Amino acid sequence: MTETTAPLLDVRGVTLQYKTSEHRITATYRVDFQVFRSDRFILLGPSGCGKSTLLKAVGGYLNPVEGEIRLKGMPVTRPGPDRMMVFQEFDQLLPWKTVKENVLFALVSSGKLSGKAAQEKALEYIHKVNLTKFADSFPHTLSGGMKQRVAIARGMAMEPDVLLMDEPFAALDALTRRKMQDELLQLWDDTHFTVLFVTHSIAEAITIGSRILLMSPHPGQVKAELNSLPRSTTHGDAARELERKIHALLFAEPVESHDEFHA
Amino acid sequence: MRCSSPNPSRVTMNSMPETDAVRPDVLRPTVDASQFGVVQRPLSIGERIYNIGAVRKLAILVLLAVAWEIYARWLHNDLLFPTFSATLRAFAEAMISGGLLGKAWTSIKVLLIGYSAGIALAAVLTTVAISSRVGTDLLETLTSMFNPLPAIALLPLALIWFGLGSGSLVFVLIHSVLWAVALNTHSGFLSVSTTLRMVGRNYGLHGLSYVGRILIPAAFPSILTGLKIGWAFAWRTLIAAELVFGVSSGSGGLGWFIYENKNQLEIANVFAGLFTVIMIGLLVENVIFRTIEQRTVRKWGMQN
Repeated sequence: MTETTAPLLDVRGVTLQYKTSEHRITATYRVDFQVFRSDRFILLGPSGCGKSTLLKAVGGYLNPVEGEIRLKGMPVTRPGPDRMMVFQEFDQLLPWKTVKENVLFALVSSGKLSGKAAQEKALEYIHKVNLTKFADSFPHTLSGGMKQRVAIARGMAMEPDVLLMDEPFAALDALTRRKMQDELLQLWDDTHFTVLFVTHSIAEAITIGSRILLMSPHPGQVKAELNSLPRSTTHGDAARELERKIHALLFAEPVESHDEFHA
Repeated sequence: MRCSSPNPSRVTMNSMPETDAVRPDVLRPTVDASQFGVVQRPLSIGERIYNIGAVRKLAILVLLAVAWEIYARWLHNDLLFPTFSATLRAFAEAMISGGLLGKAWTSIKVLLIGYSAGIALAAVLTTVAISSRVGTDLLETLTSMFNPLPAIALLPLALIWFGLGSGSLVFVLIHSVLWAVALNTHSGFLSVSTTLRMVGRNYGLHGLSYVGRILIPAAFPSILTGLKIGWAFAWRTLIAAELVFGVSSGSGGLGWFIYENKNQLEIANVFAGLFTVIMIGLLVENVIFRTIEQRTVRKWGMQN
């Protein structure tokens, strides 16, 4: 990844707040990071660090109160098919459409493709996630892992500028999760898509990511931005070493106050 | 696998068996599927027949008819409670010569007009309600005001406003359908999961296309319930209204048929009129709504 080109996604000084019925809560505070083309960029942190909120902001579902999110130089203001989301929940597929129709609907209703071209594109990506046999099944007949594969196929078929994944494997069992991680990497080898991936698992971050953004909680702030390991070494001693390092960074008690941060 | 080490906690767990002995690894070959007696076996004919809902329901209907027949024969009082066979005979006669078919059709025509107008108004009201907070308040206020108001209570007013025609009937029908459908549709919209909403917006859908392509299908189980309740309310209101003010513009409906025959003490015909209402109800519920249900919410796995 050369940093000579302009970043694909540029997040600068983003403060996010949301309202509950009684409070206004700051989810992230002045977060900066840049995602370049073909990055597998991980947002990693404990719960409450605002990583999911940050991903939703990149998705355009909420606007920063401070700072700016730019995709290819254009500010992000609302949700759009150039940033496809893959959610954690299994109910993200439209239950009234088959696997194929789900992928197709995204392509057609966003106006990206139509007719035969859309059909072919949908089937191509369903094939990529090994679900050709289930193309005409309804989502409720699929297992959790298969549903997530459909959601990934749907996201990838749109060929978005960046694929946003919000803990997509968190609700899966450990064995399926491992398999899905490997499959995701194989898909990446195939098309080199850009993905922004939220997780709270350090091991998952090291396995999947090429670059890892560490965040601290309450409110979410950037703690570090690290390179992950080369793909071949993600299970060896080096991985354990990196895992220890990230663990130490995430769970070391910070003593800095807000004032110091401002300065 | 050694899962315990000498530490103080072990003292308190003395009910646990000692597992310090090293156990060997065990590998067992699996048996080929052809060795099993049954991997997959078709259900017997009896089981399959029992699985058909229509058969089970038909059996219930037959049982009820038999019970009716036996009780009525035992009672032996045609004026109070005619037998099932006498009712069927009266029904057949009224169908062929007594104009029951025409009267039923008159009722159904008015019913369909009122029902569809009610649904259309409910659609407008819920769309307004879902798109703004004031709209929600409006729907909630109107519903809590008018939903408990019996349609029949509005009938005297409707007669003054719209006269003795089908206009009054349609008015009370709309009133009985609108609130039930609007309430259910709105609560259905509200219960659509955040994830599905975000998915819809992710595709760039908004406005009517968002309501039509995401909210309506996602809320369809509730909408269908609303439609069913609305249908039942409409039927009740219509028959009751016809009983109260009888004939409208020369040709009465089913309610009028029942009323007229009661006056002439043709009780078998009264039963035939009620029987018609029941038959139409069964038909709509078990054929029309069931088909819609099977082609939508059941197929999509939103309802079992």
